[in-house]
Amino acid sequence: TADIISTVEFNYSGDLLATGDKGGRVVIFQREQENKIRPHSRGEYNVYSTFQSHEPEFDYLKSLEIEEKINKIRWLPQQNAAHFLLSTNDKTIKLWKISERDKRAEGYNLKDEDGRLRDPFRITALRVPILKPMDLMVEASPRRIFANAHTYHINSISVNSDHETYLSADDLRINLWHLEITDRSFNIVDIKPANMEELTEVITAAEFHPHQCNVLVYSSSKGTIRLCDMRSSALCDRHSKFFEEPEDPSSRSFFSEIISSISDVKFSHSGRYMMTRDYLSVKVWDLNMESRPVETHQVHEYLRSKLCSLYENDCIFDKFECCWNGSDSAVMTGSYNNFFRMFDRSTRRDVTLEASRESSKPRASLKPRKVCAGGKRKKDEISVDSLDFNKKILHTAWHPVDNVIAVAATNNLYIFQDKAN
Amino acid sequence: MAAKVWTGGWGAPAWTLASWSCALLSLHVSFLHSKLDVTVKESPTWALSGVCRGRRLTIFSLELKFQAGPGWPWALSGQWGLRAGPSVNLGLLQRQSLLDMSLVKLQLCHMLVEPNLCRSVLIANTVRQIQEEMSRDGAWRGAAPQSVGRVPLDRLVSTEILCRTARGPEAGHPVPDLGDDPLQGPVSELSTVSSAQVPRNPQSSLWDSGNPRENRGSFQKSLDQIFETLENKSPSAVEELFSDVDSSYYDLDTVLTGMMGGTKPGLCDGLEGFATAASPPGSSCKSDLAELDHVVEILVET
Repeated sequence: TADIISTVEFNYSGDLLATGDKGGRVVIFQREQENKIRPHSRGEYNVYSTFQSHEPEFDYLKSLEIEEKINKIRWLPQQNAAHFLLSTNDKTIKLWKISERDKRAEGYNLKDEDGRLRDPFRITALRVPILKPMDLMVEASPRRIFANAHTYHINSISVNSDHETYLSADDLRINLWHLEITDRSFNIVDIKPANMEELTEVITAAEFHPHQCNVLVYSSSKGTIRLCDMRSSALCDRHSKFFEEPEDPSSRSFFSEIISSISDVKFSHSGRYMMTRDYLSVKVWDLNMESRPVETHQVHEYLRSKLCSLYENDCIFDKFECCWNGSDSAVMTGSYNNFFRMFDRSTRRDVTLEASRESSKPRASLKPRKVCAGGKRKKDEISVDSLDFNKKILHTAWHPVDNVIAVAATNNLYIFQDKAN
Repeated sequence: MAAKVWTGGWGAPAWTLASWSCALLSLHVSFLHSKLDVTVKESPTWALSGVCRGRRLTIFSLELKFQAGPGWPWALSGQWGLRAGPSVNLGLLQRQSLLDMSLVKLQLCHMLVEPNLCRSVLIANTVRQIQEEMSRDGAWRGAAPQSVGRVPLDRLVSTEILCRTARGPEAGHPVPDLGDDPLQGPVSELSTVSSAQVPRNPQSSLWDSGNPRENRGSFQKSLDQIFETLENKSPSAVEELFSDVDSSYYDLDTVLTGMMGGTKPGLCDGLEGFATAASPPGSSCKSDLAELDHVVEILVET
């Protein structure tokens, strides 16, 4: 179970794809460059680097173990030859530098080739070490460790467009960090009530605006989104905008609040829209309209009549993520039975696809799937009752430019490409 | 209230059952003093409720087996099932089960050293919602009348204790004082909450309420009337008795057939239907149930 993928993220160019897993490991894939010798290999992703980002820790004060599971990975924009990413578990964020080494020095004076130290008295002549090419080696080294700033579990990190700061959010607080400074962070949102008995709402996700470095949003377990402007005050407890869709009284049930809880929020690349994922749907919001979303896409409406069973087996608490494509014309999110859904915003069409070994051979097209909600089941349709709720696709990512998607199905990573590419 | 007669077997479709239910209510009392078995049983399909003389009525579930006996002018056989509930709301048992399930989840959450805060909060909010609705229905009255008004806050499991993670150093945030044995408090609170729920055997509340002897005594008068009516009439005339039956009773059909599912529902199947139809509680049933009032008057003694 340590292999269960817990986060997937493309970097800004899309050449690198990082995954984090429950065992605290990060695996980075790199896209093969166009190659005349092997034309079919273009666009394939191969393992580039693997390293252990977080280890299990023990908090002696509270007498509890801190999981090493990687909750989120976020890349920094590339500034030089090396790549930087932030990875976080429940409590600690780490900045990793991933760099290549394809040369090594030979001919040291004080060391043998195998690294043993030489006796200085034996050295009779000095030489200048020479750089020689070697097999490419990718190294990951931790450059910063941002710890001890979160009492509750970190659910989100987001790099600011200024490329100097980033935020980290837990259930009740959001902190602002400078990438260079690890011993200090600023608390910008705090929703912890004075009396914890009064707690009825938690923060579920947070993100910086892609272009406006003073703007961030955070979502809550009550299905609301608050947009904050850091220029207005140091502590952003008062929001600038409040997004909430009025409840439909005809569909109210005891599960209404739980299914309205937002599990993910993502700004569009343009910065004009944001998308939220709740249990049954994906909603697209125009930042200029707080009263309701501009689009609602049903992910698996057939589950609405099964909410009680899903509450019983805890699936109703599953946190699905969502993502935009590069042009913001489509959105994608996961579902159960290893299904994932894509919605084309312009054509209003949607498709259900499956990520599984059986249904996808290399270079074959994915066949659209259909779930039969009730009544007579047609051929090739799957009935709701035969869905496997243990096969959930919580994490998906879309290449920032091309039609390449990464889908994490438990401990397997699937990378699909549009054939038109 | 006269009784309807028919001979033959049962398997009557829902509509006839509905039209019978009122007559049955008056009938069963008379049969109590005859040589008939009355067994009380819960059937989880549907509920009838109404208000009579300002008191919320409980229609208990029972199965009656009849046999023709000497002196009876008709032959009756078969059995009915009625289900009882102490409130108007559909799926009362399902709601109770949902509450129990939620409380168990909270307990499990609480047993973890570091519970998932989001999950705990969502479950606690659900529990609060259910309890608020139960108290609105007056369901608390039977259990703990003195605390109806204060129900939600005291009896709810403290989310603070559930969400207990803030025991580490927090700059500027007071650490809540949980006492020496924090486990003791919430667990006993939880058991209090679950035991103080609506009585599990709703039929007992009517059978047991008041003095059974008194009830019987006052029923006696109406019983005599019924017996008299029944014995003196021929079957055909008895049919006429039922022409007295207000056709509005048939309005109950829609209520009942709506509630009665096809197959025996599981907890969650029934709850789904309930969940969407529940709020505002019972508004669609109220007009139908008002029809029951005068039937019920015979039974309910305040």
